[in-house]
Amino acid sequence: MIKFLKRFYLVIVLLFLYLPIAVLIIQSFNAGVSRAKWEGFSLKWYQELLQSPTIMEALYVTFTIAIIASIASTILGTLAAIGIHAMSRRPQAAMMTMTNIPMTMPDIVTGISLMLLFIFTRVERGYFTMLLAHITFDTPYVILSVLPKLREMNRHSYEAALDLGATPGYALRRVILPSVRPGIITGALLAFTLSLDDFTISYFTTSPLVQNLSTLIYSETRKGVKPTMNALSALMFVALLILLLAVNYRSTKTSEAK
Amino acid sequence: MSSLNMPQWGVWLFALGLGGAIIFLGMSIRRHHGVHRSLFSWPYSLWIAVFTVVPLFLVAFYAFTDKAGQLTLENFANFWDSNREMKQQLIAMGYDPIVMGMGERGTVNVDTLVYSLWMALMCTGICFVIGYPAALFISEREFKLGPTLIVLFIIPMWMNFLLRTVAWMTLLEDNGLINTLLQRMGLGRVRLMYNSQAVLLGMVYNYLPFMVFPVYNALSRQDYKLSEAAMDLGADKWRTFSRVTFPLSLPGIVSGITMVFMPSVTTFFIPRALGGGNTEMFGDLIERTFLTADNWNVGSALSLIMMLLILLSMGLLRKVDPEGEGGSLL
Amino acid sequence: MDQTRLITLENVSKEYDGTFVLNDIDLYIRKNEFLTLLGPSGCGKTTTLRIIGGFEYPTTGKVIFDGKDITNDPPYKRRVNTVFQKYALFPHLNVFENIAFGLKIAKKSKEAIAAKVDKTLELLNLRGFDKRAVDSLSGGQQQRVAIARAVVNEPEVLLLDEPLAALDLKLRKDMQLELKRMQQALGITFIFVTHDQEEALTMSDTVVVMKSGYIQQIGTPKHIYDEPQNAYVANFIGESNIIRGVMVKDELVHFCGADFNCVDFGFKKNEAVDVLIRPEDVYIVGTDIGQLIGTVRSVLFKGVHYEMIIQAGGFDWKVHSTTMAPVGSRAGLSVVPFNIHVMHVEDETVITQEDRT
Repeated sequence: MIKFLKRFYLVIVLLFLYLPIAVLIIQSFNAGVSRAKWEGFSLKWYQELLQSPTIMEALYVTFTIAIIASIASTILGTLAAIGIHAMSRRPQAAMMTMTNIPMTMPDIVTGISLMLLFIFTRVERGYFTMLLAHITFDTPYVILSVLPKLREMNRHSYEAALDLGATPGYALRRVILPSVRPGIITGALLAFTLSLDDFTISYFTTSPLVQNLSTLIYSETRKGVKPTMNALSALMFVALLILLLAVNYRSTKTSEAK
Repeated sequence: MSSLNMPQWGVWLFALGLGGAIIFLGMSIRRHHGVHRSLFSWPYSLWIAVFTVVPLFLVAFYAFTDKAGQLTLENFANFWDSNREMKQQLIAMGYDPIVMGMGERGTVNVDTLVYSLWMALMCTGICFVIGYPAALFISEREFKLGPTLIVLFIIPMWMNFLLRTVAWMTLLEDNGLINTLLQRMGLGRVRLMYNSQAVLLGMVYNYLPFMVFPVYNALSRQDYKLSEAAMDLGADKWRTFSRVTFPLSLPGIVSGITMVFMPSVTTFFIPRALGGGNTEMFGDLIERTFLTADNWNVGSALSLIMMLLILLSMGLLRKVDPEGEGGSLL
Repeated sequence: MDQTRLITLENVSKEYDGTFVLNDIDLYIRKNEFLTLLGPSGCGKTTTLRIIGGFEYPTTGKVIFDGKDITNDPPYKRRVNTVFQKYALFPHLNVFENIAFGLKIAKKSKEAIAAKVDKTLELLNLRGFDKRAVDSLSGGQQQRVAIARAVVNEPEVLLLDEPLAALDLKLRKDMQLELKRMQQALGITFIFVTHDQEEALTMSDTVVVMKSGYIQQIGTPKHIYDEPQNAYVANFIGESNIIRGVMVKDELVHFCGADFNCVDFGFKKNEAVDVLIRPEDVYIVGTDIGQLIGTVRSVLFKGVHYEMIIQAGGFDWKVHSTTMAPVGSRAGLSVVPFNIHVMHVEDETVITQEDRT
């Protein structure tokens, strides 16, 4: 009986979490405009989505920024992690603090401080500034995925390579990078996901002329939720789901390989 | 005091920073007889300097200066009394603010802050009450579906919070799904949106997974032999929970509270979407001050106050859980 | 042994954050020598090895290799190879690839690499393991791969940083013999770091005893055991009774309330000294003829001998003897002059005494 109550409780909580999302997805297939009435199955909102130049433009912005930002932050973050790992204790602690600051700062403050920077340096806000902002908040996550892998490595692996005649560059490419590859890939996927998902920071660092999907949804909802937004939300949910499952699958696979 | 010329300052600071960096770099190369691996973090250090440190200094700079660039504490005074600027203008124009009905202290900003804190506390409390049992049940050893279920709890955490909020709008609107159902059952429409409860609902919905996950982590990492040992020593189920399981899950609870409370205080968009403007919270106030009122100085002061608040509560929570053990998102 | 000095450390000091972990180390290593750096953790032995390997650079002083100053050369330019503590095998490469790592960098031909790796696998009893992943090997096998990976490059010097510390006792004993055999077969110089005195005594030609950044004594194992420079070395190497005493005059020392004849000389008159007597050099005799008379406090049977604690002359003597005296009984103790070793009282700036063959 108690067992049943426990299960029942979990089902209720899960319903609370998923019901709104399910409704949203079902609505996206509703032929009618009204949210309340089911007027038959239709893909017309998805069609409209594909035909809307603003949405396609936002899709392009979102994905190119996510790709470029995740590549850039993966390079920056992996190098930084290797550097931080090789540091002595005190500078290492300082660097970790600097890495944790953007992660603990509220998104809105990060966004606003970056906005001030761009206005102050007279860089016009738009695609480029949004990209810079995304690299900024992605990089700490890459560092935090790569560092544990470096810590797992034998302390002397790098020295052993040098000892056997490898130059520092060769040792980096042939010994360090292969050993931390799982961490790098997880970090890159994580950066990509975060970048796809971000609203607050993008909102403050772009201009109304350059919208990503999140900022587009934001400006659309101010006018009331349109059915195309449902379709877009459904698509983004599915995309995120696939990405997350990929990340999860990777991490369980690497932990099982141990 | 002459007005501070920020751009000129900036150039000097930049030159100083660059010079320091070059000297440091040279020293490191000399000391390590070549390029040491620790130098690999240099691009990132530069990046942080430009895109994290400088922006934060800018926020601080604007918070402590007025529109003319003069050092001042005016902005914090304006935070305390939102009518202050108006009063000064009236006085300058030769009117008496009291006669004009503006004598009172404007409490909008402080009220918003208190309201935000209150809402965040409520949200954290509700998340704990709902989330702890959920995490506890999932983490039970004999519950074979546990590991799968926790993934289901995490997935919404990664979903765009705008979408999650939009989903609730669809349900709660005056002609939304719930109201339509009620109407069909002949119960008539109810105003579900545009109040604090709706905002709270939206917040709990958004942040609940952030409570469940760390608590689950702490609980599932616990050695089940500990509770067996407690039972062996004569503790009944309730005592085993209250004396062993619960105290040992405290680090997870602390990190859950952190992960719910922090973003709750700075909640942005949810109050506007579900509360309809009568329920403005601190995040929205900052945004409005910057973008609508176009007052960077007061906006920066507000941001600083918020950051201070966050740091304070972080410090407080760190005291309870010094290792930050509750686990992270990754 | 070849008397050519292959490596010389001149006044080498190393400082970390204001504290010196090495102080003015002067040391030479000869060709084909098996030299062991011995001392407790934190004595500077590993730092010395890392300076020779090129992983650390001395704060002051020079490292000379074959007449050339290599103080500032990076590791990959030095003709030395290292067997690391816990091996540091590359986890993403298999056994063959690990061993071939250095040869590949040296741009050897495929055939040459295969032939050399094969020969080394043979030498280290690793035949048939070449395709295995390194983390599927046992500790002892990983150890062999680590040695193979280093020696395959035919270095002039092999540095070994506590390579046996992670192995169990039985395996460690086997590897000690095997390393010694290998060193003689390959004809290369070994510099070995350990905190295990027994390991040092069994394998080495020369032992260097270190303490908090200073060299305490350099000598052959036998010399260091028989003629330790001070109480620290005596205590570290083997079991010992060390008693404070006074050197009355040449060949006469006073301790435990009695005068003893000895063979040491050259001390100041009435100089305070440390007297070393090994437990196996204390003889149990009748109370009538003992130089000291005492009471047996405890007896432990150790297999080959009994270990007894006998209180005599205000000192608890550790005595190893094949005859047993029961606890509580009275016994006479006797020491022959040749087995009494008188040492200067230890201070920080010790002159190192050398006796290398």
